[in-house]
Amino acid sequence: MSLRADQIERYSRHILLQDIGGKGQEKLLAGRVLIIGAGGLGAPIALYLGAAGVGTLGIADADMVDVTNLQRQVIHFTPDIGKPKVVSAAEKVRAINPDVTVHPHQEWISAENIAGFIADYDFIIDGTDNFATKFLINDACVLGNKPYSHGGILRFDGQTLTVKPHESACYRCIFSAPPPKDAIPTCSEAGVIGVLPGVIGTIQATEAIKYLLGIGDLLTGRLLTYNATSLTFREIRIQRNPKCPVCGSQPTLTELKDNSDALNVCELETT
Amino acid sequence: MKLTVNGETREIAGTESLNIDETLVTLKVADPLYVTVELNGTILEREAFGTTQVKDGDVLEFLYFMGGGGQ
Ligand SMILES: [Zn+2]
Repeated sequence: MSLRADQIERYSRHILLQDIGGKGQEKLLAGRVLIIGAGGLGAPIALYLGAAGVGTLGIADADMVDVTNLQRQVIHFTPDIGKPKVVSAAEKVRAINPDVTVHPHQEWISAENIAGFIADYDFIIDGTDNFATKFLINDACVLGNKPYSHGGILRFDGQTLTVKPHESACYRCIFSAPPPKDAIPTCSEAGVIGVLPGVIGTIQATEAIKYLLGIGDLLTGRLLTYNATSLTFREIRIQRNPKCPVCGSQPTLTELKDNSDALNVCELETT
Repeated sequence: MKLTVNGETREIAGTESLNIDETLVTLKVADPLYVTVELNGTILEREAFGTTQVKDGDVLEFLYFMGGGGQ
């Protein structure tokens, strides 16, 4: 693949970078990233990866745009209320960059369908709102050996971690199982400052770009936490846990199953 | 004893050693049932909280679930 004249112009600020150049931009255009969740985190992720010219973007979400989303989900506009989020997101990405092929998947991710979804992509991004899906994404990526980025936000706090299965710590190395229902407050109960997913989602998108380019150091083996109130970032070294149920030395979790006991963190928002 | 807790120095007066459960109570850690504890770089099994002692100079990280982001 070689870049067309209009692409050399569009991506000129990338091409100028020694670590990217024309060859790197071609890698991005050949890259395939799956974004699970087209909400707060998914919004900046899809916008930036689309603008960057990541050639194939899958976006999975079964939800519709709601007025309460618009405070932070910047990919959805007021006239999109009632529209499927994946349709709204796909329209914006295509409008930003016609080079990008968008695959909207208007369905919930489950133990049954996730392996098929992730198989088609190079890098997976967790932009979901509930622990059941977060653990499922982790397990599917570890078992399917797909690198992925975890992201979570609540109130004024965010966290993110990149996972290279069997090389770096996974989400279950830290949190061995989802919290029980009602244990952790929901977004609709606890709230979230609208700019927060912009910070965390943009870091997740950066990780996808670095992975596709093969440059730099990924956020592996370290959990990055962010507090907006004090404007502090912290990095916590996380070693692989030999007793991890999915990537440890004697895994107990060898096939995918839905974590139905775990609360959908923001499910109240749509009911 | 002095501990480093989530990057900050915390002084626990009047004792030289506590187990993890006692430390969680003493430091008034929120949601102690759902916190992950890393002691000197190693994540602890929940079952070991009662038998794992912390001592002066130890580095503790309390890690919390953060689930939002989608809707
Ligand atoms: Zn693991």
